Amino acid sequence: MLLIPCPWCGARDEKEFENGGPARVPRPDPTAMTDEAWVDYLLIRPSHPGALRERWWHVHGCGQWFELWRDTVTHDFLDAPDER
Amino acid sequence: MNAERRRLPAGGRIDRGRRLRFSFDGRELTGCGGDTLASALLANGVTLTGRSFKYHRPRGIQGAGFEEPATLVQLEGADDATNLPVTRVALHDGLVARSVNCWPSASFDLGGVAQRFSALLPAGFYYKTFMWPNWHWYEPFIRRAAGLGRAPRDARKLRYETRFDHCDVLVVGAGPAGLMAALAAGASGARVLLVDDDHSPGGRLLGDNAIIDGAPAATWVDGAVARLDAMDNVLRLADATAWAYHEHNLVLVTERSPEGPVFQRTRRVRARRVVLATGAIERPLVFDNNDLPGVMLASAVRVYVNRYAVRPGDRAVVFTNNDSAYATALDLLTAGADVAAVVDVRSAAPGALTERVRRAGIDVLAGAQVTTAHGGRRLAGVLLSPPGGVSQRIDCDLLCVSGGWNPAVHLFSQARGELRFDAVSSAFVPGDSAQANACAGSSNGTSGLADCLHEGSEAGMRAARDAGFDGSVLEVPPVKDDGPAAPLEPCWHVETPAGNGKAFVDIQNDVTLQDLELARREGYGAVEHVKRYTTAGMGVDQGKTGNVNVIGALAQRAGESLETVGTTTFRPPYVPVEFGAIAGQRPGPEYLPYRHTPMTGWHKAHGAVMYEAGARWRRPGYYPQPGETFQQAVNRESEAVREAVGMYDGSPLGKFEIKGRDAVALLELVYTNNWHNLAVGTGRYGLMLTDTGLILDDGVTFRLGGHRYLMSTSTANAGEIYRHLEQILQVERPGWQVLVTPVTAQWANATVCGPLARDVLTATGTDIDLDAADFPFMHMREGQVAGLPARVYRVSFTGELSFEVNVPARHGLALWEALMAAGEPFGITPVGSEASHVLRVEKGFLSLGHEVDGTADPCDLGLGWVMSRRKPDFIGKRAVDIRRNRGGPRRELVGLLPENHAELMIEGAPITPGGRKCASEGFVSACVWSVVRRRTVALGLLRNGRARIGEWVHVRMLDRVVRAQVTQPVFHDPEGRWLRG
Ligand SMILES: [Zn+2]
Repeated sequence: MLLIPCPWCGARDEKEFENGGPARVPRPDPTAMTDEAWVDYLLIRPSHPGALRERWWHVHGCGQWFELWRDTVTHDFLDAPDER
Repeated sequence: MNAERRRLPAGGRIDRGRRLRFSFDGRELTGCGGDTLASALLANGVTLTGRSFKYHRPRGIQGAGFEEPATLVQLEGADDATNLPVTRVALHDGLVARSVNCWPSASFDLGGVAQRFSALLPAGFYYKTFMWPNWHWYEPFIRRAAGLGRAPRDARKLRYETRFDHCDVLVVGAGPAGLMAALAAGASGARVLLVDDDHSPGGRLLGDNAIIDGAPAATWVDGAVARLDAMDNVLRLADATAWAYHEHNLVLVTERSPEGPVFQRTRRVRARRVVLATGAIERPLVFDNNDLPGVMLASAVRVYVNRYAVRPGDRAVVFTNNDSAYATALDLLTAGADVAAVVDVRSAAPGALTERVRRAGIDVLAGAQVTTAHGGRRLAGVLLSPPGGVSQRIDCDLLCVSGGWNPAVHLFSQARGELRFDAVSSAFVPGDSAQANACAGSSNGTSGLADCLHEGSEAGMRAARDAGFDGSVLEVPPVKDDGPAAPLEPCWHVETPAGNGKAFVDIQNDVTLQDLELARREGYGAVEHVKRYTTAGMGVDQGKTGNVNVIGALAQRAGESLETVGTTTFRPPYVPVEFGAIAGQRPGPEYLPYRHTPMTGWHKAHGAVMYEAGARWRRPGYYPQPGETFQQAVNRESEAVREAVGMYDGSPLGKFEIKGRDAVALLELVYTNNWHNLAVGTGRYGLMLTDTGLILDDGVTFRLGGHRYLMSTSTANAGEIYRHLEQILQVERPGWQVLVTPVTAQWANATVCGPLARDVLTATGTDIDLDAADFPFMHMREGQVAGLPARVYRVSFTGELSFEVNVPARHGLALWEALMAAGEPFGITPVGSEASHVLRVEKGFLSLGHEVDGTADPCDLGLGWVMSRRKPDFIGKRAVDIRRNRGGPRRELVGLLPENHAELMIEGAPITPGGRKCASEGFVSACVWSVVRRRTVALGLLRNGRARIGEWVHVRMLDRVVRAQVTQPVFHDPEGRWLRG
């Protein structure tokens, strides 16, 4: 059970949140993409041990969606790397 | 009978003035205040206390705490509980206990015949003996024979509680290290929570004869506890076990005997820092018949003698591979027992200790081993093999064993801390922490008392500092010490000549050395495989005493180090926890409360059978009248809607108000059809897809005003749709100005439907012009109905003329009653979800969870017309296009008419070619008795279904195959004249 630092409410128990999966680029314009590229966008998600940028929804709190970096091995929440 | 004949005349931390009566396996016995059930049984000389899980061998008491592997008890009456280690049951007056796993009693056990058939129960016996022809044939017998206790019958009367808790420093364990840590952290002003699983604080000091600060250790414990209890910033909990360690220092603690009216309380503690002072658990030694009653852990014997003033035997042998058990020999002597010998595996017995023991008149046999224990229902003697010598027998009724100490690393490892194997103590000890915690004392692999006290003080100070307080190291009191201990010599099991005895590595689950050997021969060498194949370590005790011996035996056979073999994964719970203590005050439906509409009371008063409509909403299923069957009630309600007028409670339907400049842009993105041209006051059916092109939900959205819309969704899906919309608005289109407000519970909805619906509304009184020309289908009006402010929508989920009357929730019941009263002359009938289901199947309308099953796209369900060709993009468009362009057969929505007109096909029944047992080509999604067709009708999804109208297909039921003809998926009013009327 994680302790999640909501940027609006501070550290709150995981029970108050829903996970939105790995963060992605904003939904691109599908008409400008090939079938293969679009299928990749829909189905391929980053899944690796280590730092991952994720979406969370503080549904039982402020109601805000936000993104956080988390180490999926240690569960530590990380500062956003500079280059990303 | 000689009551408590093994009780010592003096000493111990018991209250001899408080006599407690209790019963065990039907025998009436007595004990003292401060006793556990185990100490009281031993005081009464009861040594045979249970039968083993698989072989029903006689078992006694081996330990003194949660590690107890041998005896589990069932409590009766008000204490009703099961599978409790006998050592962890606090004695009270009137306690009634039974040993589990034997019938009728431990000493006369009919299951004992299982011993004769032990050849049938080797390692992996579940997988071998009972698989042919079918496991289910054997399961009932195995469950009865092998099951442990029985679940409590009436647990709901007990009051459980859960709560959140926060602290700066959580200290787990109130032994010497834990007490010092709590004192040091408490002195800094940090908020400290100290939890200990024993009834009394002190840990191992309760069982040892240690001297601290020139006085018995108990005096120091009492002083330390008094100082802690005087601090406002320290909370101390006894009889409270920390049993789970989750991410970010969330530790679950269950209090088994909290003050006040609560039976058990679980605290979900979020701690800044955690100090784990959980102690160490003694390992037994493995030799033939090491499970006989009378074989006990040496440390447990010390606890019974020193804490409970009980002498567990009259003539003892001590069998050890380390120094700690020598104290047991001396304590037994003080308690008046005869100690025949100390048998030490090590060829060089420790000098000073040996001298002390020998001076006391006890023989020390160095380099010797106990190879076999003898006895029937209890130990009668042991067989020794001295080095190079011949076997020698010693008569005894108590054998105290010590194979070394395992630090209790369970919580540390649950917290993902690394373990390493320490060659000096031959044990797995904590390595690097993975969370904000530290181990102190014997849980850290430290053995000397002075060192434990010092480590505790240090850990408490550091924890306080790391939590932001000004901690300092506390002075540690002087301790009388035996000096450094001599090294232990690992002994994972005794080498025994092939005999017919059994040497147990897991006493509770009846797993023997021979089972490990068999598993290895059959290819199960990895420790996790061996655990599952032999069930070693899978009992209620989770192998607290035996697991490391299993690892040692495996390592020895494989010629590897214990570190290479590794441990099995430590998982919560550390000790058994009752479900009630996890659920807390919210048993049954209160755990996830139901949602009720304002009309629920009326429905119940009128005999409704209530269903769950999704998202925890309660809704009437049907309203049976006296003498009516289920089908008669559903038919009556359905016919009322088709022929006269019915009314249903539509309040649970999901509703969202959507407003803002970009509201229409949101609708255009999430729905498949066009919204820019929707006129104010009108509505449109919309279909929502996932980006992978599958149907997410459907519903009607009305335009209330310029930039204001009201969206309706399936009842069960409202939460999911809210998430969908919010994610789009906040993540994908943060620039859009749109607000989405869930308003489901703000509105009550009574839907009047049927040919006479207009007459009922007129009779109820309304200022809205109901004429079809002025108020057509898919329009809405605001006005008064029965004197209440209302929004009326002309939508239809039944295929009949229908008015959905919405009023603010507080007026819901008044509206409902007014409509019922005005509708009486027209025969208005309240209608439940069963009739609604019939009506929608007759019309071929779709339902979430039936036809919309998460795999269908709009074209599959004949909804291609709802997809805009004009819009370049909407969510799901591209995926549907890609899927369609690829071609290939799809399952398509069809109607099905069973050959036998009365045949009700089960929902979900597969359609297969020729009805053969093979891959399905579709399934029945809904089947009902149609009141308009006077026969059963069904909907289904069938491969290439639309091209197969008129064909006969075969539906596989459980016991037969049903022939059905494929039809269009609509059975009533295909032109929709009635619903527009
Ligand atoms: Zn928040």
